[in-house]
Amino acid sequence: MKILVVDDEKDVQVLFEQRFRKEIRNKEMEFAFAYSGEDALKYLGDLSHEAVLILSDINMPGMSGLELLRHIKEKHKEPPPLVMMITAYGDADNYNTAMKLGADDFLTKPLEFSLLKEKLKAIH
Amino acid sequence: MSPQLQTISDLIKNSSGISDAEKESLLKVIKEADKNQSMIQFKLERIEKDRNTLSVMLQESIEDLQKKSLVIEDANKALTQTLEELKATQAQLIQSEKMASLGELTAGIAHEIQNPLNFVNNFSEVSNELLDEMTEQLEKGNANEAKAIANEVKMSLEKINLHGKRADGIVKSMLQHSRTSNNKKEPTDINVLADEYLRLAYHGLRAKDKSFNAALKTDYDENIGLVKVISQDIGRVILNLITNAFYAVMEKKKSHPEGYEPTVTVGTKKVDNKVMVTVKDNGTGIPQKALDKIFQPFFTTKPTGQGTGLGLSLSYDIVTKGHGGELRVETKEGESTAFSIILPL
Repeated sequence: MKILVVDDEKDVQVLFEQRFRKEIRNKEMEFAFAYSGEDALKYLGDLSHEAVLILSDINMPGMSGLELLRHIKEKHKEPPPLVMMITAYGDADNYNTAMKLGADDFLTKPLEFSLLKEKLKAIH
Repeated sequence: MSPQLQTISDLIKNSSGISDAEKESLLKVIKEADKNQSMIQFKLERIEKDRNTLSVMLQESIEDLQKKSLVIEDANKALTQTLEELKATQAQLIQSEKMASLGELTAGIAHEIQNPLNFVNNFSEVSNELLDEMTEQLEKGNANEAKAIANEVKMSLEKINLHGKRADGIVKSMLQHSRTSNNKKEPTDINVLADEYLRLAYHGLRAKDKSFNAALKTDYDENIGLVKVISQDIGRVILNLITNAFYAVMEKKKSHPEGYEPTVTVGTKKVDNKVMVTVKDNGTGIPQKALDKIFQPFFTTKPTGQGTGLGLSLSYDIVTKGHGGELRVETKEGESTAFSIILPL
């Protein structure tokens, strides 16, 4: 399964590569990283990439994670990729907006990787 | 006629040594004296009456003055109290302006702190797992594998340290902002200060308004070195200017939804013996009629309840009175605004 992680915090890449090192080593999961909403759209626009699951932060400079979510759900309709939001702002407003825009899940930071792993394995 | 004059008159009348003509003349003089005496008596009585009236009037005036003096004293007390209340209100307003800007920061701080915490928590768990793996490899006798894992542990610990310090810095900057300034100028990295407040203001606003987004640009002069400033105060000014810039681009976005790219640029520059911090936005600009008043206390163009009207006035005082610098503004209505803090080195 290919997973695109979108976050303006660059250390997120190191963290995911560490936390999922076994899954990456066993080729159960494959990760790609984008540091902004715009970069994520560029990545998804490239048709050579197979369908991916997207884990996106919400607060990022430039395009926000919620805008990215709206773009993805509007433009990549058949079938739309799954999008999980991961944010430091776990407030009701953010949650409701994300759900209205079609988010498939909503997790808060600091991230519980054991929970995330369970969710990813359930999808897998 | 008085009894004395009457006695003299009788004596003259009965005297045989004085001629009738002399008697008549003397009696005339006595009559005249009597008339004068009566007149004087009358005048004296009148004067006495007047004196009494005057005394009563004076007494009344004194009482009236005493009453008035009491009223004035009361008014003075009330004025002194009002002045004290005004001073307290002014201090309270300054404090509430500080708290309002702290409020702007709080949400930003929450976001900023959750991110490093995310790394601290997760990299420490990673380290734990890696150490288990390392022990496993050591038990198997795979020293090279164990060494490779040890390097990964080291990297994880470095990340924990890095993000722990980052969280520490965020908390310190928040405390610095809320604390009363100690009025001590200390060597400060203006670039770091500006960048810190830019991030906090941006995330603070994003937390409050999900629809808000703006491109942030920075242009820092790396040759500035340290500048002696009261960092809490200058930080407050920078925060205020950035918050205003974000407000201006947000307002413009409401009327220009398509094709408009809200942009806020923060830059620093060293020119001769001065350092300049500029906050520029491509927002609504400031109308000419408001331009003269922007540094006046309580002047605001924001809707009621959204601005205290003290931000720029306090900023102006901090830069000019507190640091002997200048706060300049250049604006084009509908297009852009740039505020520059110019500080002597």
